[in-house]
Amino acid sequence: MERKEKILEVKDLVVKFRLRGEILTAIRKASLDVYKGESLAIVGESGSGKSVFTKSFMGLLDKNGFIDGGKIKYMEKDLSTYKKEKDWIKIRGKEIAMVFQEPMTSLNPLKTVGKQIKETIELHRDIRGKSSKEEAIKILEDVGISKASMRYDSYPHEFSGGMRQRVVIAIAIACNPKILICDEPTTALDVTIQAQILNLLKRLKKKYNLTTIYITHDLGVVANVADRVAVMYAGDIVEIGKAEEVFYNPKHPYTWALLSSLPQLGKKGEALYSIEGTPPNLFEEIKGDAFAPRNPRALNIDFVKKPPYFSISPTHKAKTWLLDPKAPLVEPPEGIKNLNKYFGGKRDE
Amino acid sequence: MNRNPILEVKDLEVEFGKGKNRFKAVDGVSFNIYKGETFGLVGESGSGKTTIGRAIIRLNEVSNGEIIFEGEDISGKLSREKERNVKKNIQMIFQDPMASLNERAKVDYIISEGLLNLNKKKSKKEINKEVHNALLNVGLLPEFASRFPHEFSGGQRQRIGIARSLIMEPKFIIADEPISALDVSIRAQVLNLLLELQKRKKLTYLFIAHDLSVVKFITDRVAVIYKGKIVEMAPTEKLFKNPLHPYTISLISAIPLPDPIREKNKRLKIYDSKIHNYIENPPKWIEIEPEHFVLANEMEITKYRKRLK
Ligand SMILES: Nc1ncnc2c1ncn2[C@@H]1O[C@H](COP(=O)(O)OP(=O)(O)OP(=O)(O)O)[C@@H](O)[C@H]1O
Ligand SMILES: Nc1ncnc2c1ncn2[C@@H]1O[C@H](COP(=O)(O)OP(=O)(O)OP(=O)(O)O)[C@@H](O)[C@H]1O
Ligand SMILES: [Mg+2]
Ligand SMILES: [Mg+2]
Repeated sequence: MERKEKILEVKDLVVKFRLRGEILTAIRKASLDVYKGESLAIVGESGSGKSVFTKSFMGLLDKNGFIDGGKIKYMEKDLSTYKKEKDWIKIRGKEIAMVFQEPMTSLNPLKTVGKQIKETIELHRDIRGKSSKEEAIKILEDVGISKASMRYDSYPHEFSGGMRQRVVIAIAIACNPKILICDEPTTALDVTIQAQILNLLKRLKKKYNLTTIYITHDLGVVANVADRVAVMYAGDIVEIGKAEEVFYNPKHPYTWALLSSLPQLGKKGEALYSIEGTPPNLFEEIKGDAFAPRNPRALNIDFVKKPPYFSISPTHKAKTWLLDPKAPLVEPPEGIKNLNKYFGGKRDE
Repeated sequence: MNRNPILEVKDLEVEFGKGKNRFKAVDGVSFNIYKGETFGLVGESGSGKTTIGRAIIRLNEVSNGEIIFEGEDISGKLSREKERNVKKNIQMIFQDPMASLNERAKVDYIISEGLLNLNKKKSKKEINKEVHNALLNVGLLPEFASRFPHEFSGGQRQRIGIARSLIMEPKFIIADEPISALDVSIRAQVLNLLLELQKRKKLTYLFIAHDLSVVKFITDRVAVIYKGKIVEMAPTEKLFKNPLHPYTISLISAIPLPDPIREKNKRLKIYDSKIHNYIENPPKWIEIEPEHFVLANEMEITKYRKRLK
């Protein structure tokens, strides 16, 4: 990313949920700049807030959820102040679109796939009738459905899982969004189809000059698609940097733990590394570094004071006291040093 | 390794649909699983993996072939006694933890259901004790027994599914994508649990998964299935070192590795079944090197032999 133009600027965002008279804080003052045309991946433990964070950019929080501070700046507008559906309609789909994990739940089983794409086009763009049908067929071809004009009249259940996911992507790009958020886009698919879908997304990104945000548990997928990686823990982004920086030179102890759990690093017959303990209780206020109770290398200050970001490079920063100039030198675990050497050239293509 | 097969699947066929829509989801599949080993089944979506698992636990009807468990055919109609024996000894951990747990039942009922159906004579107290132990066994707190499934995270729900299988003290477990919805750390926990239980209780696993990095780590032998047919089978090390069938090669080349530089330079090898010339020259299932089997015709066999040298 040489020329950096911000397309989305999230600042100190707080998102909360009301649950049986109690308040749960899902996002705790998270900030994130997204640059035009980049591909960003958000990774982190289950329940760390990845989906909630990105849903808040589209007004898709569940009814019991609300924004309780911070800003979401998109094209001179602050989306965090949006309340009415009428306002969100202008953003959702048209400016920011989302591809969800389960293709079956985001498609209508009773309508042909062609019709579903056509309707989306007509909802957001000024074309109707024959030309919107032609446009829909063009998009189906674009996402790699062969014999698109024939397949236009098929129902979702007549497609395989991989093809359905292509249709979901077709609907998402049908209204020319600027930002495409993909939440676990390939989890239910086998590796060969997964690879094809990822290639498709990369090709569409180039063609339509999309900015893409991926959410996934699969660090192999992250390595494949992402220019930058944001690591989320307990509702905050604890480390962010270029993909190479985060994989080859991780700095936050949570990122270390995450990488250490990779099955690729396991030795046959021995237990895999897994993170001890449980994530913090989000109903309670978190003191200090949220990961400290599970971090065998935690410093005293970690339990007292929340660390700020420390920069490692102009593009790489992490929220950990280990980076404070006064901190003792703590080395990352052996297993994840030199991840690049570990995999590089290990198997020839 | 002890080479007694606990399960033998012979020429298994499973068909679905009626009339002209009838099709073979599983088409002449054969393999043995030896006592104490972990046997992996990998292949594309819709290739028949779950169907094979369901046929073994007698949820899918077998249209042809045999399934032999501990020396006895269990594929057709069975006496009550034998049916019960199969239910107790073979358990399946289902693909989708969200969908496979009864939302309205509490955890203790979910876990003990199989046990209650099997043995009506057990006292409430005995059952409670077993549920308590089953929960501890999978790293959950006994207090969880009185909660509902939706109050748990994905990883915890998956472990409830595992506890429900383990309480039956089976000899053989079919684990169908037991970890796909989990984050890497919880995934590691569940895999560790399966390995530990295998050591402690001498369990045998049939492990179905999309994630080949996990398959490589956990299985002893692997079969690769494509459109209802096994195309290659070998000890895990051998298969990953010398994949021969083009579908296996494409699967392995597609595994995403957590290495950004490598991933960004990778080229996909897409498998196209039309490359085989099987009409003139039909394939055979052969043992091309010790314990390494592949489906190939004469020309391909010659080619693969050369490659193995
Ligand atoms: N409607 C809701 N009501 C109450 N709590 C909620 C609601 N939606 C989400 N949460 C909570 O907010 C937190 C963040 O959830 P989120 O879905 O963003 O996690 P995630 O990082 O996407 O996890 P996963 O990887 O499992 O999808 C979780 O603790 C979750 O339980
Ligand atoms: N009850 C059923 N009735 C009709 N067709 C079925 C039934 N169950 C499975 N099939 C079909 O049989 C084929 C094999 O399905 P199966 O679920 O075994 O695939 P799989 O290999 O487990 O795929 P995945 O990796 O997506 O789980 C598919 O074409 C599927 O649509
Ligand atoms: Mg999520
Ligand atoms: Mg399946």
